[in-house]
Amino acid sequence: MSVDTSKVASSNGTTAASTSAPTKAGAAAAWADERLGLAAVGKKNLRKIFPDHWSFMLGEIALWSFVVLLISGVFLTLWFKPSMGELTYQGSYPPLRGIQMSEAYASALHISFDVRGGLLMRQVHHWAAMLFIAGMMVHLLRVFFTGAHRKPRELNWVIGSLLLILGTIEGFTGYSLPDDLLSGTGIRSMNGFVQSIPIVGTYVDFLLFGGEFPGDSIIPRLYTVHVLLIPGILLALIAAHMLLLVYHKHTQWPGPGREETNVVGYPMLPNYISKMTGFFFTVFGVTALMGGLLSLNPVWKFGPYDPTKVTAGSQPDWYMGWPDGALRLMPGWESHFWGSTWSWNIFLPVIVMPGVLFTIVLLLPFIESWITGDKREHHLLQRPRNAPTRTATMVALMTLYAMFWMAGGNDLIAIKLHASINQISYALRALVFVAPVIAFIITRRWCIALQRHDNETLLHGYETGIILRSPEGSYAEKHLPLPEESAFTLTVRDRGADEVGPDDEPKPGGKKTLRSRIRTLYYEDDAQKPTLEELEEAHEHAEHEAHALAALEGHQADGHQFDDHYHEAGEEPLRGGH
Amino acid sequence: MRFLNRSVGRLSRHRRRPLAGAVVLLLALLVTGGLYAVLSPASSAEDKADQADQVAKGRELFLVSCSTCHGQNGEGLVTQKGKLLGPSLVGVGAAAVDFQVGTGRMPMAQPGAQVETKRPTFDQDDINALAAYVGSLAPGPAIPDKNQYDPSTYSSDKEKEQAVTLGGQIFLTNCTACHNFTGAGGAMPRGGHAPRLLDTDPKYIYEAMLTGPQSMDNFSDGNISPEEKKAVIAYIENMREQPGYGGFSLGGLGPVSEGLFAWVAGIGVLIGFAVWIAAHTTRTNKKKGTAQ
Amino acid sequence: MSSDLTSPEAAHDGHELNAHTDALLPNPGLEEHHWRPTDVDPKAEKRAERQVATFFALSAICTVLFVLSYILVKGGPDGPVWLGWGASNLALGVTLGGALLFIGIGVIQWARKLMTDVELVEVRHPAASSESDRAATVAALKSALEESGIGRRPLLRNSLIGSIALLGVPAIVVLKDLGPTNHDVEQTQPYAGAGLEHTVWSRGMRVVRDVVGTPIRPSDLEIGDLVNAEPELIFGKRDGEEVDEDELLEGAPLQVAKSKAATVLLRMDPDDIVSDVTRNWSVEGIVAYSKICTHVGCPISLNERTTHHLLCPCHQSTFDLADAGKVIFGPAGRHLPQLPLGVDEDGFLVALSDYPEPVGPSYWERNTYSVEDVFKGWAKSNAQAAEEYGYKEGGQ
Repeated sequence: MSVDTSKVASSNGTTAASTSAPTKAGAAAAWADERLGLAAVGKKNLRKIFPDHWSFMLGEIALWSFVVLLISGVFLTLWFKPSMGELTYQGSYPPLRGIQMSEAYASALHISFDVRGGLLMRQVHHWAAMLFIAGMMVHLLRVFFTGAHRKPRELNWVIGSLLLILGTIEGFTGYSLPDDLLSGTGIRSMNGFVQSIPIVGTYVDFLLFGGEFPGDSIIPRLYTVHVLLIPGILLALIAAHMLLLVYHKHTQWPGPGREETNVVGYPMLPNYISKMTGFFFTVFGVTALMGGLLSLNPVWKFGPYDPTKVTAGSQPDWYMGWPDGALRLMPGWESHFWGSTWSWNIFLPVIVMPGVLFTIVLLLPFIESWITGDKREHHLLQRPRNAPTRTATMVALMTLYAMFWMAGGNDLIAIKLHASINQISYALRALVFVAPVIAFIITRRWCIALQRHDNETLLHGYETGIILRSPEGSYAEKHLPLPEESAFTLTVRDRGADEVGPDDEPKPGGKKTLRSRIRTLYYEDDAQKPTLEELEEAHEHAEHEAHALAALEGHQADGHQFDDHYHEAGEEPLRGGH
Repeated sequence: MRFLNRSVGRLSRHRRRPLAGAVVLLLALLVTGGLYAVLSPASSAEDKADQADQVAKGRELFLVSCSTCHGQNGEGLVTQKGKLLGPSLVGVGAAAVDFQVGTGRMPMAQPGAQVETKRPTFDQDDINALAAYVGSLAPGPAIPDKNQYDPSTYSSDKEKEQAVTLGGQIFLTNCTACHNFTGAGGAMPRGGHAPRLLDTDPKYIYEAMLTGPQSMDNFSDGNISPEEKKAVIAYIENMREQPGYGGFSLGGLGPVSEGLFAWVAGIGVLIGFAVWIAAHTTRTNKKKGTAQ
Repeated sequence: MSSDLTSPEAAHDGHELNAHTDALLPNPGLEEHHWRPTDVDPKAEKRAERQVATFFALSAICTVLFVLSYILVKGGPDGPVWLGWGASNLALGVTLGGALLFIGIGVIQWARKLMTDVELVEVRHPAASSESDRAATVAALKSALEESGIGRRPLLRNSLIGSIALLGVPAIVVLKDLGPTNHDVEQTQPYAGAGLEHTVWSRGMRVVRDVVGTPIRPSDLEIGDLVNAEPELIFGKRDGEEVDEDELLEGAPLQVAKSKAATVLLRMDPDDIVSDVTRNWSVEGIVAYSKICTHVGCPISLNERTTHHLLCPCHQSTFDLADAGKVIFGPAGRHLPQLPLGVDEDGFLVALSDYPEPVGPSYWERNTYSVEDVFKGWAKSNAQAAEEYGYKEGGQ
């Protein structure tokens, strides 16, 4: 393996860098080192190499949003009162003066109107929560589509999935804290969900709410969960996630100089620290701008929660939209056996379905490695097209998610598109099953088509856009061979299912195992990269063609040969020529 | 300047300053407009015509524009197959007519699940005549008086403030389930919708509550009293005039539009930054003097 | 299977092998480094420095403006309004955003333009530890287990595991007082109408308009009127008289009562009523139903007057109020409970009894009966007494 080690970061060597004259910083560092022995860790990690690509920063959106949440959250806790004790509002917002409300709601009004910067921090906190979860989702999609969830990173995927689930719950408990009409309606729905659980439903419900709904305990309890329990778990999981990332080193795209056995990029200090710090300030800044310019969750317009009031367009925040949609689409199935009620219409879409889907997402790397039999370590990413079935599966899951999401906003779709809400629901009931299948099929064929295109480019070169007309009158587009770097990058992929992992032995009786059959379907129709023979044959053919067209070479043919824009043909760089 | 020169230039030719012509033109327009506004007959003044004349006029208009669906005497029209073409107007009252025709809903442009507002076909005189005619068919709700629906007629700011508070509670109990917490509108079954209230004239809000147009419920004076109706209107007006304390309101539609903005504006902008951060900067073919 | 990164296959025709891929093309190695203008041209470098410093300066200015806005711009409903938006939030948000964003942009520009961007290479090591490390760890564990004796002393081991497992029980048990059970609450009745099967409604309790609390006469309502209603006890009255201190509902009991007792009254044309049960419990075409959806409990008051279909805004369950609240669309599994109506001696609408079945979302222990069976059960215990309020078959 001829890795050019002349450019390896020299500070990864074995001799310690010697500190020369004792500067102030040097003295401080020495003091710390004498107590903490940090140099050993520092030696390895200060100049650790990270590869560079914009898609590697999506997880950072989530990470920095979390930091913004912590900062803005602490601010809010200084004024928020998590109590359902009743009071009569006499604060600075006139339309609610004289109205009974909980202390929690009154403190939310106080923060919004009487604490300078309070409304800003509330909105920053809420926008950051939305960006946190959205960031985790785009990061999840990037990781999955590029195959970064394969060994050795399966555990990191599991940690990440748990972060997503916990983040969603954290968001739900968070926006329910102000005890306003909209989020209170959400809590009422949660009460209905819990009540519907067979056998233990009423017990769990009464334990959760401290008695009947609404009671006076739910807000303080959600506060504890939101401010203490879940953030603690999130912090621990994020730390583990980062630790594994540093230990495994980040994956990288294939390319010139890049191998499974190395990582090419820039060192942590100063490049990545600066970029990460800069991105943190960017995320915080964008969130602050959104908090200043875009109003969200205007709790004063909703009024305090009252179990007899409701608003049209009652939806949870976007990340809970899909279980809400599933709930809306579900037909009203209830079974009654021997004096008991089984509420399938609630239990299935809200408890069972999300549980099943989350479990599937959690297990995706393990399912994939079971099907493919791939036991190797992977540090080079794959283009989505090179794993058609995997890409299509995730697109199908995204489509399923999207169908539920749309169902969650069906009343708004109805008024914006002047459609019948009943028809929308009926249509979505069917689409939920049909659309993912269609999406799967289309995506898979699309990926395979792109693979074929890659092979064509590899064999026959890229289209230059220059049309040549031969003296005989025929037209041909000039193809040029890909530059060495691009051609190499295209060939860095597995050839065939067997190279990835072994197939099962057939069962006694000759039948294939289940895994074997799934595996065959998984790899079906993949357009494999050309063999060495095909490639060499194609190169010879290309040389022949180049000879044939040699007479036409060097002559500019874009029409400018007759005017004063003429220039030597060789100087003009061709499209994509570097 | 060239345009000004042509018209204004001529006026300015004999005057000391070149822009004087522009000032003369402006003054002439203002004077003409002002004279017209003062001297022209008020088009929406209450018609002092005889009540019977008004009813007769209304009947004429009714026969031309409304009777094809509502019947020659407003009794309603049902097809042989039992389909309702137009409901009976006997007893709906002048208020219903003022609402339906004043907001342009009637005459209905095309059949459908929901009657939409559009530019009114009739001016206020004709509407009053139609209302008088329909009101004469049988006793029904009358067109409200300004004191009943206009929040500016409260005697003091304090009274108005209290009305806004009461109106808010009534609004949240009775109205938001269909019309949404800011009055931005909401969905009804089978393609109907409860419309947006924030741009609606207070008189029409009052009349809608009173007469229950299309699939809206009645909120007769025995259900929500006239004072309470006025309080609701005061609250809606307060909603309309309230500044966006937190910024742009995203349509007042709640979490769905918020989520859309989070994805499009938030994630879109941040991914844009990510692409910028990781992008290669400008390159040059020049070489560095000394090795790195 | 060791996670070996080197390929066992032999070289093919002199081409180099990449790990995990068969030979096709050799790795051309890192691309030649191209310098940036800021690397080679001192003037460009200085300009980039000034640019970055400008961003930091802009950030500082924004910070100062933030502090000034905080001091000078009043917040809240009495504060100034700029462009139709609250000035305080706008000013604070834009200045804070600018302050942060400019630092971010500045630092990133510094990294992109001025920090060295020569690509470096680092060797990866397999994720697994080396064989010797593994062997050493296994040996260490083995000797530890040996020395503890846990392997050869099953009595100790099992009793330890048993006692620790048992400790899980207190952790769960101490959470019991998080709340009572439905059964407890029904037995002890800590407030009126306690328990999932009851509400505060009772015979002779007046139906009053929500928010204002005034009682209702049938003649107040026209056909098509929808009234959002409550029992008068919510407003602290019984038979129009104020109740005593101990009966007054406040705080959590008031909210609990409202969450179950909320009712919608609809006056229909009596000929439109389809179900006999509905008709029996109506007064001059006025029917009363629970306002609490039987799906997950959102309050419903979206009535389509022309069809008397009641639509819940949360998940679009639709109930037919002329037909005993039957579900005609949506995810609700059960009809809407109806409140039997009567008229008291002063002519006000009253309830003839509590709701004849539990209101709100379903739960496991709930016995569910058809509308006819519910009525039969109700009639057996209530029809007699209800006659005092004008009840008769076929409705009043």
